[in-house]
Amino acid sequence: MHRTSWPLTVLLGLATLTVLVPLYVTLSMAFKTSGQSADGNAFSLPAPFNPASFAEAWTLTRFPVSFGISLAVAAIAVVLTLFLSSLAAYAIARNWSHRFFRWSMIYLLAALFLPFPVVALPQIQLTALTGLDNPFGVGILHAMFQLSFSVLLYTAYLRSIPIELEESARIDGASTWQIFWRIILPLLGPMNATVGIFAFLASWNDFMMPSLIMSDPTLQTLPVVQNIFQSQFGTNYNVAFASYLMAMAPSIIAYLFAQRWVISGVTQGAVKS
Amino acid sequence: MSGTTMYQPGGTTTARGTTTSRRTTQRRVEPLYYVFLVPTLLVFTAFVIVPALIGIFYSLTDYVGFGDWSFLGLSNYAALFSDPRILESYGFTLGFALVTVVVAQVVALALAVALTRRIRFATTLRTVFVIPMVVSGIVVAYVFNFLFSNSLPAIATAVGFGPLEESILGNPDLAWLSIVIVSAWQTIPGALLVYTAGLTSIPSDLYEASALDGATPWRQFRSITVPLIAGFILINTILGVKGYLGVYDVIVGLTGGGPGTATSSVAMTIFGGFTGGDYAYQMANATVFLVVTALISVAQIVATRGRAVQL
Repeated sequence: MHRTSWPLTVLLGLATLTVLVPLYVTLSMAFKTSGQSADGNAFSLPAPFNPASFAEAWTLTRFPVSFGISLAVAAIAVVLTLFLSSLAAYAIARNWSHRFFRWSMIYLLAALFLPFPVVALPQIQLTALTGLDNPFGVGILHAMFQLSFSVLLYTAYLRSIPIELEESARIDGASTWQIFWRIILPLLGPMNATVGIFAFLASWNDFMMPSLIMSDPTLQTLPVVQNIFQSQFGTNYNVAFASYLMAMAPSIIAYLFAQRWVISGVTQGAVKS
Repeated sequence: MSGTTMYQPGGTTTARGTTTSRRTTQRRVEPLYYVFLVPTLLVFTAFVIVPALIGIFYSLTDYVGFGDWSFLGLSNYAALFSDPRILESYGFTLGFALVTVVVAQVVALALAVALTRRIRFATTLRTVFVIPMVVSGIVVAYVFNFLFSNSLPAIATAVGFGPLEESILGNPDLAWLSIVIVSAWQTIPGALLVYTAGLTSIPSDLYEASALDGATPWRQFRSITVPLIAGFILINTILGVKGYLGVYDVIVGLTGGGPGTATSSVAMTIFGGFTGGDYAYQMANATVFLVVTALISVAQIVATRGRAVQL
């Protein structure tokens, strides 16, 4: 029972190939020449080793611009999500006895069951009408769709924070506003990380919302600009894969460095809810 | 802890307990709490609820997305239920969601159980398995598109396996499989982490005691593991099914809904309405889709209610 199970370890090792092979193909294709990438053999090593595809992908996707826009959209989404949902959840959790707050929670939760296609078409019109058919609007919409889940996580977590802490601060003369910023928000630390990670991943990787909402194609996010390789540059696989790699690498590298927090963040979200 | 509490706020005894004691001591709500909550409710209403209501309203008209419109009543809905293209998209989407949720949950649970056993390199292995969670679905779909249309046929030709020598993306009977594979590939990591959290919360002495009683590993899995992580299974299947019903990115990246309309999901047909001129018609479709999604989610909660065992 306490010995290492080598057969299981080997089996799991083989199973990682389902993740590693697509990544390997992306990497090796990106370093091939056009001629070599067109021969259809995805698993061969690049020979010669040709890094020129990256330069071409860099200009075709206007990488710095698309990357910056993706980052800005995700930043708006994360900040708005953290700010709005922590305050809302705090108000709800501390006034649960009050009907208005209880119903507000249910109202916000309704969006969990609301599929995006239901609101998509009117949203395209409304954002166009209000001038929000741009990265800023996409960031706001990402935050809106993240609200239900985030408020849920926060309220569950707030229930586990003893109310005595706040009551003693109140006796010492702290206002509710001060209590929120000085006591509650720091105590929410792990949940802030969880909510932030979820909001970031959802926004950074999203294709549907920006592709539908954004009216100016030059302001598109990184995942959406990848579609230029599907039509115009269909045969230049090496350039396409260099671009895919540039789109994937930042989040994979960030994940490898921060995986401890990403994993504990997600599991915490699951346990606390 | 139980996943079911997630969907019934206030249903837990602790919440009720504090509620009643607080109600007697502090009746009036401090106005600041409204300041914390109401602005969020307003933006949420403006950006989510209002568009939903507008859409539902337009489903009763002949609106094409711009210009004049007149009231039609329920005729869009009547047309919907006799439209083979719509019915086909529901058939595809429901079938796909069902297959994918089963595949993804079985694989995720198996991986989670294996990763919590006595194995070497557990952290490294888990790190690798979680990678698909952090990359963009559309980009992953483009990579798999290449693998399915070039590499798989090349391998099949080399080993002489006839059925796969043509790209499965161009085969109306097999294209859906590619979408199942990529969707599962993408969503297994999240489910895996949730299951890992569930499994590590089970005290190991339960297994030790049952082992003394002569329980086989399979019996332990059925009688200890599954009941104790039922709440996590519920969370995963509800989030999974909801996600799969709205499938879009993966299809765009793999088949574009084709060949023909073999892999057109409901989401894709709805989005087609904005450019295709049948805005009102697709809003009726979207409204039906909302009802279907809500019914399936509620049915899942009801079906599993009471199954979750609390520690």
